[in-house]
Amino acid sequence: MRVERIINKRQELVPGQNTDTGLLDGVIRKYSGKRGIMIPVLQETQKIYGYLPRETFLRLSEELGLNLSDMYGVATFYAQFRLSPVGRHIIRVCHGTACHVQNAQGITDALEETLKVADGGTTDDGMFTLESVACLGCCSLAPVMMIGDETYGKLTGKEAVKVIKNIRIKEKKLPI
Amino acid sequence: MGQTRVIVGLGSCGLAAGAGKVYEKIRSLKEAEDLDFKLSKTSCSGMCYREPLVEVVDETGWYLYGGINEDIAVELLNSHVANNNPVKEHIVCTDLYDTPDSRFFRQQVKIALRNCGRIDPENIMEYEARGGYEALKRIIDENTDPRSIIREVTDSGLRGRGGGGFPTGLKWKYTFNHKSTEKYVICNADEGDPGAFMDRSLLEGDPHSVLEGMIIAGLATEATSGVIYCRAEYPLALKRLDIAIRQARERNYLGKDFDISVKEGAGAFVCGEETALISSVEGYRGMPAKRPPFPAESGLWKKPTNINNVETFANIPWIMRQGAAEYARYGTEKSRGTKVFALAGKIRHGGLVEVPMGITIKDIVFGLGGGIPGDKTFKAVQLGGPSGGCIPAWLADTPVDYESVNATGAIMGSGGLVVMDETTCMVDIARFFLDFTARESCGKCTFCRIGTMRMLEILVRITEGSGREEDIAILEDLAGQIKESSLCGLGQTAPNPVITTIRYFRDEYEAHINQKRCPAKACKKLLRYEVDESNCTGCTVCARNCPVSAISGERKEIHYIDQDICTRCGICYLKCRFDAIMVT
Ligand SMILES: Cc1cc2nc3c(=O)[nH]c(=O)nc-3n(C[C@H](O)[C@H](O)[C@H](O)COP(=O)(O)O)c2cc1C
Ligand code: FES
Repeated sequence: MRVERIINKRQELVPGQNTDTGLLDGVIRKYSGKRGIMIPVLQETQKIYGYLPRETFLRLSEELGLNLSDMYGVATFYAQFRLSPVGRHIIRVCHGTACHVQNAQGITDALEETLKVADGGTTDDGMFTLESVACLGCCSLAPVMMIGDETYGKLTGKEAVKVIKNIRIKEKKLPI
Repeated sequence: MGQTRVIVGLGSCGLAAGAGKVYEKIRSLKEAEDLDFKLSKTSCSGMCYREPLVEVVDETGWYLYGGINEDIAVELLNSHVANNNPVKEHIVCTDLYDTPDSRFFRQQVKIALRNCGRIDPENIMEYEARGGYEALKRIIDENTDPRSIIREVTDSGLRGRGGGGFPTGLKWKYTFNHKSTEKYVICNADEGDPGAFMDRSLLEGDPHSVLEGMIIAGLATEATSGVIYCRAEYPLALKRLDIAIRQARERNYLGKDFDISVKEGAGAFVCGEETALISSVEGYRGMPAKRPPFPAESGLWKKPTNINNVETFANIPWIMRQGAAEYARYGTEKSRGTKVFALAGKIRHGGLVEVPMGITIKDIVFGLGGGIPGDKTFKAVQLGGPSGGCIPAWLADTPVDYESVNATGAIMGSGGLVVMDETTCMVDIARFFLDFTARESCGKCTFCRIGTMRMLEILVRITEGSGREEDIAILEDLAGQIKESSLCGLGQTAPNPVITTIRYFRDEYEAHINQKRCPAKACKKLLRYEVDESNCTGCTVCARNCPVSAISGERKEIHYIDQDICTRCGICYLKCRFDAIMVT
């Protein structure tokens, strides 16, 4: 679900911190001269950087002949694309129909309160990004949230908060 | 002596419930102790409510174990596999005797799902062993005329399973009739309905049946290549499709005259609409176009294109092998065959079921689904997702076929069936779906873009206790206009959830508007939070966490919530460790 379309916020392209556009060489080679490439090119770019930094738009446009405004149009139309960096852990709370009737809102509320971010936002320490998604496909475990590849089912707000706290504790113990 | 087989269900639902760890445990034990059995993987059998599932097949019979964790897996191996001693308390189903769960499978007719949960989806040989690619081989060997294939599909009565229910044979005929040197077959695997997972389970569990269906469609419509448009949110389905396509190429089912590529969707509900989907495959924003021309005439790259849903394609090989008459035996006069439903919500046995059309909603909810959990009462089912509607409990005898469901104001849709009980607020459900469609509206036409937004605002206002008397009439007026004037199916069907909930649950709307009361106690802003004096210990946690300082009270004394200040955020309820906050 895309939050941006409703909150009428203009999305700015964020310059990356010293983005190495050299990483795009493979993508450019693979798609050069083909048709219908816009979406896969942006998808692969996002796979490399985690989001779409401004510099990548410029290089892709130049080398693949893609129109910059078309690129921006596509990147803001589809929910998958991000124009700014995300946290290390992306928390995806399911708000599909099944999860909605099992009180998914309670989970988002509890997480917003604990992390002090709004839905769609990233915590100041860059650790978590909180997102809402529509149906993760395990409706029989509703309400569900997913962090990385791990799925947590049959949750309550309190349990969701506990999961977050455990991740925080684990990360603190990691040697730097 | 036949070798014992142990099969672990590794669909997305199984993996979410921990099946991956169970599989690893069994694999490592097998290796460490050099146990003699064959370990394999399969996908979702539909019994999501009992995941993770492990099957054991030995010479005495078939046993399906449910709710397995690593410890129980060890027990299974030690007791059942090593010592032929089945672990009774974890058996969900077996072919030796009836269990309470046997009913779940007995009432189903598996055609589209014939292989799901029965084969290893990553192994083409297992698909072939169950008759896979036979239909295709026969068509090629006998050099069957495209018109005969189309006639067979037409005679089966198969209608599109993506929601519209358009006769599949007829659609193929249109594409066949438009001659071109370049033609496409597209499989719509965008599955946007938030609460449905039929197509995903099919792609994860039996990707070859979809490929075979597409190749047959390609032969029937004389298409030159195929595209599968699949949601990026389905990583496992994408991976298994990739493997399946590679295997099909190795065996020359694909590649020579007809090849299939996969396009990943990027997250937009409207891209399930066929013209928007085509525009997305071409690399643009997924905006729908005016029809006609229909894709059959001018679709992908302006060439004739045949678009069908995943489940539609999965039925095709079965129909070609067993014959149209056999398929048409199931279902009703106008809705032939079977339909897959994703059962979810307030239901005991959530999962995936395939039933003959014409079975009643009651049979699905109470027969297969096992009824409502707890001591709650069944209130309604939601069919068809954001384009569908709610069918109330008193119409539970409605048979599920296209005509009967449409008569209630809902639509058959792609097969999401969400069950609701007395704690679900119908105004809130309408608001939920409008919130979804308003966000997902592509913005091209005014009625859809602005109309859904206006309806959403009114619904929000009603659920927050500021509804006005005239609101129901305004909603009905807007609904009619949006339905009539929108460009594509998204807008034309977006008002359905509102129309059906007003039709069947007008009293709930009135309670919200006139008495500022939510009968289901679901609308937060209409609730009252109060301190339960017998439980309150005076720990002050609620008072310290209240963002608007509405709670007062001294340490070790009973606290009090000032209703005039309270914003009903519910934080005190979450924070209280003594269950001392009551919601009324
Ligand atoms: C807003 C909207 C969303 C749709 N989403 C899907 C979808 O997710 N999957 C699907 O198969 N069809 C979807 N459809 C229906 C398709 O437009 C199309 O009718 C269908 O893919 C045709 O296949 P069928 O004849 O096999 O059903 C959607 C239609 C609309 C208007
Ligand atoms: S609705 Fe949440 S997983 Fe399907």
